[in-house]
Amino acid sequence: MRIALFVTCLADTLFPAAGRATVRLLERLGHEVVFPQAQTCCGQMHVNTGYLRDALPLVRRYVDVFEGFQTVVVPSGSCAGSVRHQHEMLARRFGDEALARRAAAVAARTYELSQLLVDVLGVEDVGAYYPHRVTYHPTCHSLRVLRVGEAPLRLLRKVAGLDLAELPDAEVCCGFGGTFALKNADVSTAMLADKMRNVLATGAEAVVAGDSSCLMHIGGGLSRLRAGTKAVHLAEILASTRDDARAG
Amino acid sequence: MPGNRGERPAPAFLGMPVAPRGVGHLRGAEPFPAAARKALANTQLRRNLAKATSTIRAKRAAVVAELPDWEDLRAAGQAIKAEAIAHLGRYLEQLEEQVTAHGGTVHWARDAIEANRVIVDLVRGTGATEAVKVKSIVTDEIGLNDALAAAGITARETDLAELIVQLGHDRPSHILVPAIHRNRAEIRDIFRREMAGADPGLSDTPAALTAAARAYLRRRFLSARVGISGANFAVAETGTLCVVESEGNGRMCLTLPDTLITVMGIEKVIPRWADLGVFMQLLPRSSTGERMNPYTTMWTGVAPGDGPREFHLVLLDNGRTAALADPAGRQALHCIRCSACLNVCPVYERTGGHAYGSVYPGPIGAVLSPQLTGIEDNASLPYASSLCGACYDACPVKIDIPSLLVHLRARHVEAAGRRSAAAPTRWVPGAEAITMAAAAWVMGSPARLAAAQRASRAARVPARLGRARHDRIRRLPPPLSAWTAARDAPLPPAMTFREWWQRGHVVQPGAERESP
Repeated sequence: MRIALFVTCLADTLFPAAGRATVRLLERLGHEVVFPQAQTCCGQMHVNTGYLRDALPLVRRYVDVFEGFQTVVVPSGSCAGSVRHQHEMLARRFGDEALARRAAAVAARTYELSQLLVDVLGVEDVGAYYPHRVTYHPTCHSLRVLRVGEAPLRLLRKVAGLDLAELPDAEVCCGFGGTFALKNADVSTAMLADKMRNVLATGAEAVVAGDSSCLMHIGGGLSRLRAGTKAVHLAEILASTRDDARAG
Repeated sequence: MPGNRGERPAPAFLGMPVAPRGVGHLRGAEPFPAAARKALANTQLRRNLAKATSTIRAKRAAVVAELPDWEDLRAAGQAIKAEAIAHLGRYLEQLEEQVTAHGGTVHWARDAIEANRVIVDLVRGTGATEAVKVKSIVTDEIGLNDALAAAGITARETDLAELIVQLGHDRPSHILVPAIHRNRAEIRDIFRREMAGADPGLSDTPAALTAAARAYLRRRFLSARVGISGANFAVAETGTLCVVESEGNGRMCLTLPDTLITVMGIEKVIPRWADLGVFMQLLPRSSTGERMNPYTTMWTGVAPGDGPREFHLVLLDNGRTAALADPAGRQALHCIRCSACLNVCPVYERTGGHAYGSVYPGPIGAVLSPQLTGIEDNASLPYASSLCGACYDACPVKIDIPSLLVHLRARHVEAAGRRSAAAPTRWVPGAEAITMAAAAWVMGSPARLAAAQRASRAARVPARLGRARHDRIRRLPPPLSAWTAARDAPLPPAMTFREWWQRGHVVQPGAERESP
């Protein structure tokens, strides 16, 4: 299958490993991945902070760039959620019905990575090897906006060598929330403290999630504490093979 | 919103009257982040809230899971509320007709000031100097107890939690459990200190505390001539008012006094008697985590020889029409005050209700209070959420609180933009507006994004010179210092994804082993 990658501005700029892993994983599974270079950002930060007008050109850009593709993959539940649930609404709010219809059509073909693998491609065992104890944090937008459900866990359970530890209070937000982390830094940190306590209680070497943004938050907290547990994107684990372990 | 660039014309809600300042409890003394910071430092509060909310969350989850048709019930509740709110004027007039036909008197109050005046006059007319109260948030919204006190009338709270709050000279911090921020040792101390006739050796067991409150309250019920209540529902079709409660104190207040005064927000009306069947299933399971609530009192006007001889219904607007005028915002008026959204909210669980500054705290408060007061009087509340969506999933009438929060943030930003347009020489856009505009400009073109990415790599220079000890950024300038106060920030990578792709996206084993 020919799959267009929307890598997200955050992964492009700060966490390219998640994007590279997505490419490598999908190519290994026999798919052709293309990266339309005119892409930038889904506009979620602007929308969620209240700057809707600033987000509108970003919606238009996303639609222009991706409407020529049958399948779009996003290694982020949050950005995929924005495409699926905000773009059409935003276009309509500003009275652009034509854009709203186009946005809805592209959104229906846009998938978060685990959804694409499990629900569209019908694969759970991606042939990965990751010999570490990890715990999975289901990010809020994967869970409650996109409803990816068990898809990431089903993928992780099939990874050879992986020891999956259950995260207590897994469904509670880590406190990131985009600009919430800055505007309400104290509350955000209090939520992060509880998330880290639960992550560390599992004894996992890594906390895994499908969103670089939440991982930046949890990982930033763990790193500050020198906790000895890292944050890893789901794509990186699924892309890992026995060759990596040898090269490692 | 100025009506340019093909945008829809400015909505009419801009000029609607809101809840007046200086009366009632809808506005906090300080913005949410500042109030929250203090609350977060209160370890006793954190512990009390975590224990209480996790207990009630588990109870709710268990009883909701029992019902195979829970999602259908939610959809029905949502539809009934949407219908009631869409035809609010018609149903309120029908309610008035029915209440009047059954011997009650209906009073329309534009705002808190009018409502308080009506109620004070009614109590004065009876000659009473004391009134017993059923737990009611709306009377707290309008500051009724203060207004009564100013008129020489003592309001006696009879709900156990409201009594704890009143005796403790405190404020409610939860819609359903106003004293959720107190544990039983604190309650015992309040009773010992403030409750006339309390045993100085009172223990903190629930049974002893309840018995003390019971003895204290029973004297109040038997002597009361006026009762004051709120309402959970008002049925337009029949003129029936409904109060649901757990302790039986409400039943006493609603039946023993000669005069009953009920205050209700105009959004509490429902069209038909049969609609109660839906809400009587949704409300107890969502609020207390019970299959049905212990006391449900319903009354229609007055009945000779049975209950109050006089019944007054005060219909309160206090900013609700302003909320109604916003097609997106009006969804907040669907709320049935179950408080499920408070109990599942990770923000509320850590800050408690006082930080929100309004009698309506938590997620629903963050979308309701700013609409009642006008956004600028509660501008920090729509931002008091990480948009995690737990509230939307828990809401028994499916209010999309996360989308409403975003909508209100947008209204706040647009209002600031309008001020800027109205006085372009005096109004300076905030740092945030400038940052957002700059970010939008950068994201408006892949070339500009790539340039910005190259510029951000300057952060790597100290690392290349060997001056940085870490692969992490430990400190950033404001406003990003709010991030690095507690969290490290990632160092920009040597190569962005875009650059890697342009260089032929060669994949090497082990190359993905860098993590956030």
